[in-house]
Amino acid sequence: MLLPLQWAKEFADFPFYPKNSKAEAEAKAAGKALTLRDVTEGLTMSGSKVETWASEADQIQNVLVGEVLSIVPHPDSDHMVITQIDVGQVKKGEAPIQIVTGAANLKVGDWVPVAMHNSYLPGGVHITKGKLRGVESDGMLCGMGELGLTVHDFPQCIENGIMVFDDEIKAYRNMYLGQPLTEALGLDDTVLDFEITPNRPDCQGVRALGRECAATFKVPFVDHVPEVKPGHGDVNAMLKVDIENPDLCYRYCGAVVENVRVKPSPMWLRQRLRNCGVRPINNLVDITNYVMLEYGQPMHCFDYKYVNGHHITVRNARPGEKIVTLDKEERALQPQMLVIADDKAPIAVAGVMGGEFSGTYEDTTTIVFESAMFNGPSVRTTARDLGLHTEAAGKYSKGLAAANCVPALQRALELVQMLDAGDVVNGIIDNYPCRDESLRTLWADQRRIPLDVAWVNKLLGTALTKEQIVSYLLPLDFKMDGDDVIVPPLRGDMYRNCDIAEEVARYIGYNKMPSTLMKGTAQARPTERQTFDQKILNTLCGYGLYECETFSFYSPKCFDQIELAADDPRRKAVIISNPLGEDTSIMRTTALPSILSVAATNFAARTPEAAVFEQATEYIPSPLEHEVPDNDFNDYPVLVKKLAAEGKTPSDLLPTENQKILCAAYGGDWDYLAMKGVVEKLIATARIAESRLRVVRNESGHTWHPGRTADILCRAGSEEVLLATVGEIHPKVAANYGIKARVVAADISLDGLYRCRAAEATYMPLPKTPATTRDLALVAENAIPSAELVACIRKGAGRILESVSLFDIYTGERIGAGKKSLAYSLVFRAPDRTLTDTEVDAAVQKVLKALGEIGVTIRS
Amino acid sequence: MMNEALENIRSAAKSCIADAADEKAVEELRVRFLGKKGEVTAILKQMGSLSAEERPILGAKANEARAEIETEIKARMQQLADAAQNARLAAETIDVTLPGRQPKQGSRHPIQTVLNEFKEIFLGMGFDVVSGPEIELDHYNFEMMRMPKSHPARDTQDTFYITENILLRTQTSPIQMRTLEKAAAEAREAGLPAGTLKKPIRIIAPGRVYRSDAVDATHSPLFHQVEGLVVDEGITFSDLKGTLEVFIRKLYGENTKVRFRPHHFPYTEPSAEMDMSCFKCGGKGCPLCKGEGWIEILGCGMVHPELLENVGIDSKKYTGFAFGVGLERITTMRYNIDDMRLLYENDLRFLKQFN
Repeated sequence: MLLPLQWAKEFADFPFYPKNSKAEAEAKAAGKALTLRDVTEGLTMSGSKVETWASEADQIQNVLVGEVLSIVPHPDSDHMVITQIDVGQVKKGEAPIQIVTGAANLKVGDWVPVAMHNSYLPGGVHITKGKLRGVESDGMLCGMGELGLTVHDFPQCIENGIMVFDDEIKAYRNMYLGQPLTEALGLDDTVLDFEITPNRPDCQGVRALGRECAATFKVPFVDHVPEVKPGHGDVNAMLKVDIENPDLCYRYCGAVVENVRVKPSPMWLRQRLRNCGVRPINNLVDITNYVMLEYGQPMHCFDYKYVNGHHITVRNARPGEKIVTLDKEERALQPQMLVIADDKAPIAVAGVMGGEFSGTYEDTTTIVFESAMFNGPSVRTTARDLGLHTEAAGKYSKGLAAANCVPALQRALELVQMLDAGDVVNGIIDNYPCRDESLRTLWADQRRIPLDVAWVNKLLGTALTKEQIVSYLLPLDFKMDGDDVIVPPLRGDMYRNCDIAEEVARYIGYNKMPSTLMKGTAQARPTERQTFDQKILNTLCGYGLYECETFSFYSPKCFDQIELAADDPRRKAVIISNPLGEDTSIMRTTALPSILSVAATNFAARTPEAAVFEQATEYIPSPLEHEVPDNDFNDYPVLVKKLAAEGKTPSDLLPTENQKILCAAYGGDWDYLAMKGVVEKLIATARIAESRLRVVRNESGHTWHPGRTADILCRAGSEEVLLATVGEIHPKVAANYGIKARVVAADISLDGLYRCRAAEATYMPLPKTPATTRDLALVAENAIPSAELVACIRKGAGRILESVSLFDIYTGERIGAGKKSLAYSLVFRAPDRTLTDTEVDAAVQKVLKALGEIGVTIRS
Repeated sequence: MMNEALENIRSAAKSCIADAADEKAVEELRVRFLGKKGEVTAILKQMGSLSAEERPILGAKANEARAEIETEIKARMQQLADAAQNARLAAETIDVTLPGRQPKQGSRHPIQTVLNEFKEIFLGMGFDVVSGPEIELDHYNFEMMRMPKSHPARDTQDTFYITENILLRTQTSPIQMRTLEKAAAEAREAGLPAGTLKKPIRIIAPGRVYRSDAVDATHSPLFHQVEGLVVDEGITFSDLKGTLEVFIRKLYGENTKVRFRPHHFPYTEPSAEMDMSCFKCGGKGCPLCKGEGWIEILGCGMVHPELLENVGIDSKKYTGFAFGVGLERITTMRYNIDDMRLLYENDLRFLKQFN
């Protein structure tokens, strides 16, 4: 929302003046002027956030009004002339300045913009004196383009040539020779751009922001009440308005102007539009735009002769109806869209854009002004569905107040009379069927909030009296009736005492209020799960893996990329109904593609070794996801009761969100055993005893290398929990990701680790008896897994076996094909006595016997 | 006579020991002088030929000589051993500027590092850390937060929907609503009067949130938020200010200045945005703070009473405040990261910078 400050000052006379003006100099001298920073900070801190600001006077410097005294041809050029220019110095007895120009539209006596030596033009153009074909030129005469102006701003000037001021321009600011151009043309205002928050759609108008300025800078609010002089005739005899759908059109006001005289608007009005970034068109269109800027109320005008039957009906579009909008596009209308129709067809999309034959034309004699209030969400949806994001639609979408309809319309009629743009027909049509009682009350200037002084103070931590609170409210157009606060009709955001508290707080100044610390002692600590997760994640970092963050959604193609089986349940994912694109269209059911993408990114970046992990959430659809019809949510309490009867809650419709840890690595020393080691360490970190684990080969061949992948399961009560799948990624999958290296990965259930975790460590006394060690080199068939050998060793050695660990693996000719040699170190110890060699030897014999039963021999 | 011989032996031994080149030579000297057949021993053996008066005198002298030679030998042996060790150490000299053998070490993602700092600060102030579902009911994400389907504020939060009523949460606020709902239910179960709470609520709710923004240097369809909620008797706007000031000073240093600016959120009233003095220019104005000298850090406000009423908590008795911070913004500012996409690309050349 753009606000030209000098326009705002019509409503609040705060001491901020046009740049470089006399008034500014005087106020500064008196120490009364506000700086631009005072203004922007003041408004920002009272709740109207100033985003940026600009002034054309910053761009145009040292450009003065000058008169052409003489024109002679350039001796060395057939298209240039030499001019003598008076910029006010001649009457002081000084010589005119000489400027060479190529323009052909000049004549002696013309008043023109003169860029003096060392002047600046928009775009940072710096003008200095110089020679043109050997003739001194002390500056430049400017065309509109060079000044950043267009023929829309000054229809009396030509685009190709020097800008020559006519009487209207001269009269606008009492032009004199030597006057700074910015002052002469009214380019000296500063325009602020506000971020208007959704609760303050009323601030989309200069008048409302003027009120905020008045309250902020503590000056009186000077309102302007439009006055329409008596005209002729009766509007009701000329136009009829019916509202078929009062839920989407709360209010529709209309007025008629006859004998319209279409011409350019006066300069003051054009300049105001320009400052707000609106292109002046003609007086009638400009009036509608001006009123929209001033009141925030969108206005529209129709050519009366194109309103068939002189009857306007506000209704929903009929099936199959179409409209050609002002931008000459034909648009198909949907039945939920609201239109303004005459007796034949829609003539405008309500609140969005007019139709082809709405608006004014050269032969227009009579117009209808529309000032209406439509349902915001409906306008928003219509604008979105038609792809028409107009200024009006934007304003309606934010939710306006019907209370503005009549004053805005009256302002338009007042301007018609002021600008002599036509003859106003007496009366206005005000069709106001709004059925929403609360809106009606609000707009009728009747909403009351019983002021609760104690509660406001309790919320703010203040000790304000009722009088103090009221003193902050009155400048904002609130009124008091006993203890009731009466809300201004335009404020759709005021319902309760907390809303009042905000008004009070922002005008006290948030930063003037004290800062305190909460009373009471703090009692907080991480949950056991939070501590557990952090320990696991930090452990992974300790083993050289880097933590990643990847998106929770991906493409359904990811399932093919990791070669999931066609019937894998993980292919059934939660689907986003309005994704940004297919690549981010489903919620991941397995985070493996995410971590493989990270590996791929790094491989593509030629990083020779990578080891990464992510704590990832996987989203498993609820079987109930589509069980409950959408409409059941319209009455939430009923839905809750209905589900409760089945022992469920609405949250049961949500997916299960599983916490996983995904690891991936390639290069360096990373191989299956390295990754498995990491997983084993995590299991050890969770204090899960090895004896509860079962490691089985995962031979599915999907995603993983069928010979180099294991599932690690853990006994938990009567169940077995899958803690992790760890292994080498199938080369086909690695190739799908463009990784030309062996990739190892682990898919670890963080939930599983937590569930299977064992209690905190408790101290075990250090052994008092010595240990005896025996090393056994064994020969086994390749197919027999180490785990089986260890199981035999444990079984055979009995309770005196303290530990068994593998220390060497050998395969080769010396032990024959299809066989391997595994060397284990066995540590024996009894807690109560020193073991004898005989005892240990006997245990070893039992071990060898047990091994012998599965065909394992001692290596000779 | 013998006295003289003893003196000779003593001085010969001394000079021989000093000249001995290695431990072996010293050992030979020990045999030569002190051994069973050694020279000192030989003198002692001749003592029988002496008179009873002379014998003890010479005996004492001979023992003195023996002790002296023994000390000499020991000293020389030590000297030689030291020299030998020094020579060995000199030979073992290595290039100490060679790089060390570093153990492998990964690191947490910068977002998580910053989040952990948040958690520590808030835990210290008595806030529990709570989480909730990322795929959420519209009911908790919007309806309970005073954003019904027609609310214009929904426009500013472009939402990914799963069904009409299930969505990817656009904020972590639904955790606040779930926490309030749970607290109210606990109080009811404990038989407390309607609308009261068992204990004050102080939580932060970190997590991933989703908005349908295309990826660019400052936008991502997925980002992390940390929201906070306090509800208790006597919580004021001043408490909100004080608490957040402590937080930002713990995060950015004791001298950080903050200001609170009016703003609007449907779920708080009054609402504010908190700015901190620009850490780059110290408030003078620079490109980072767009010349304002202030950097927007978080949104906050007093919990709208309707939120409490929505779950049956007495809004006359209880007040509270809430706030929300975007983690990516804090992270990128903290580490001077100019493109948010880097956070999700997971290029190790990037990640390794945050060890």
